[in-house]
Amino acid sequence: MSANTLFDKVWDQHTVRELPTGQTQLFIGTHLIHEVTSPQAFAMLRELGLAVRFPERTFATVDHIIPTDSQIRPFADELAEAMMSELERNCRDYGITFFDSASGHQGVVHVIGPELGLTQPGMTIACGDSHTSTHGAFGAIAFGVGTSQVRDVLATQTLAMARLAVRRIEVSGKLGSGVHAKDVTLAIIRKLGVNGGVGFAYEYGGDVFDSLTLEERMTVCNMAIEGGARCGYVNPDEATFEYLRGRLHAPEGDAFERAVQGWRSVASGADASYDDRVEFDGAEIAPSVTWGINPGQNAGIGECIPRASELPDSERPQLEEALEYMGLRQGDPIAGTPIDVAFIGSCTNGRLSDLRAAARVARTGQVQPGVRALVVPGSQEVARQAEAEGLDETFRAAGFEWREPGCSMCLAMNPDKLIGREICASSSNRNFKGRQGSPTGRTLLMSPAMVAAAAIRGEVADVREVL
Amino acid sequence: MAERTIEQVVGSAAVLRGDDIDTDRIIPARFMKVVTFDTVGEHLFEDDRKAAKGDHALDQEHYHGARILVVGRNFGCGSSREHAPQALMRFGFDAFVGDSFAEIFSGNCTALGLPCVVLDEDDLAALMDAVELAPDQSVRVDVEAETVTSRAGVARARIPAGTRQQLLEGTWDATAVLLDAGDEIEATAERLAYVTGF
Repeated sequence: MSANTLFDKVWDQHTVRELPTGQTQLFIGTHLIHEVTSPQAFAMLRELGLAVRFPERTFATVDHIIPTDSQIRPFADELAEAMMSELERNCRDYGITFFDSASGHQGVVHVIGPELGLTQPGMTIACGDSHTSTHGAFGAIAFGVGTSQVRDVLATQTLAMARLAVRRIEVSGKLGSGVHAKDVTLAIIRKLGVNGGVGFAYEYGGDVFDSLTLEERMTVCNMAIEGGARCGYVNPDEATFEYLRGRLHAPEGDAFERAVQGWRSVASGADASYDDRVEFDGAEIAPSVTWGINPGQNAGIGECIPRASELPDSERPQLEEALEYMGLRQGDPIAGTPIDVAFIGSCTNGRLSDLRAAARVARTGQVQPGVRALVVPGSQEVARQAEAEGLDETFRAAGFEWREPGCSMCLAMNPDKLIGREICASSSNRNFKGRQGSPTGRTLLMSPAMVAAAAIRGEVADVREVL
Repeated sequence: MAERTIEQVVGSAAVLRGDDIDTDRIIPARFMKVVTFDTVGEHLFEDDRKAAKGDHALDQEHYHGARILVVGRNFGCGSSREHAPQALMRFGFDAFVGDSFAEIFSGNCTALGLPCVVLDEDDLAALMDAVELAPDQSVRVDVEAETVTSRAGVARARIPAGTRQQLLEGTWDATAVLLDAGDEIEATAERLAYVTGF
């Protein structure tokens, strides 16, 4: 069993009590809610006649259903408007802070939490969204929960959880040029599998993580769940503290200095022990692209789609299912695959540094005729900063659409969707069948810089050759 | 709040082959534009079923009325949406037997009182074959004995000890248990520097 890791320390500090089932009743420091998975939870709360136990520790925003062309109310989609109204009512009735568009802080829930300083080291964070693992980038233990558990956190600010094992994932060395955090997370999932992390918390570390920015660490932690790990984290360090300094909900002055002392102390000790360890060489990671229907089905840009003959018997049916759906052929190079749509955004890659990386590529050319290209900032704050730097103009000049913040085409619960069998180069996190809104639509996951390169070439391309 | 104890689920079963079946397939996101769970059962596997044009397992007449769904590896991966187990439950499934389940999915199932049990590879293959051969047979998912019984025999089933206890005691809906902690919750909060303001 792991000992003296950040996970163990945070878990122990937040333990209210051990339950007779062997599970832990765990206090949740920050509860983030959004319009899709909370309405039923509030309905259950009303039915039980319960209050929200810690309304000051609960924060709401709207992201999944919000349109990205015009966010003027009422939304054209009546169902979306109804969900928005329900969240407004619930926040009002229970005294919960709602970061709506008028607040200037609206955005994808996993973008705004860190941006507002709500996400802090040593905290436990829950949200009714699987990509809550994102917040682990700060050394928080953060996990996605279902709606019944959203109700539990609203009612008690706690969850009943079984303790996880801890796997240390060490990425040593240095990443090559044109290789981004997205490629690191895709490489990890490719090696460990889409269910390899079940039962584990992932602790990411090593030279590569030491030098990644907080935004890059978020990209990796965001996709911990795509590898089956409910949470992933990076130990907090100076970069973490500097990111938080001056944020709206971060402590100020002396309190900040005291907080830093505490945050330092939750990092895994030098003597920490782990349930498992896996090592990667950062230099071996290439810009990566998915070719299949789960995020583990990916290849380096210079590689070919696997052949059934190269795989164990047990993996062949999945390869065949994936390639039939994708309309791709085994043995073909992934580079050169034509695309119809390019999407830059999401909780994985919708932050300022992502947009900067994509803009750098966008400056080298024009979106290919026939390709629909969207850039969707992760939050109003990201949009403001990007606009202040002129990134919106860069994208528009290159033929990209510059949109309002939201989840957009990552999951298509809003008007941004693929049509028919369109194939999309996407900076999002899931290439599941139908994920981007069309039951036959196809997704190729890659870094935002690679998406921009694909938009300009009209096909999957090596960003290192474009720059 | 939970009162019902779940010792076993007995009924006919349906086999849904395939690994890594994600929650977007179980309930496509566009059907989550709702503020209740009332309608999600109507859209269970909607896109997969349309694409299969009547050949999808759930559209086979011999699986009509099945209470147990037999699945492969990593079933329910992806999104945390409770809409997925809600849709399966409202369609009529009360238990799941598989090679493995995604963690958030199985947690959501527990919160609804739906057991997810895991079989060894050979036992699962034998169960799938047996059910496909004779779909009208009764299958027993026994949470208490940790077995799955079918014409393929009695297979040893695994379920996390805590989950098993929750189902057997009727405490699978955790709210009441969590509320029982009373002031201990506030006491824990008061020990956290970020709660008290550093």
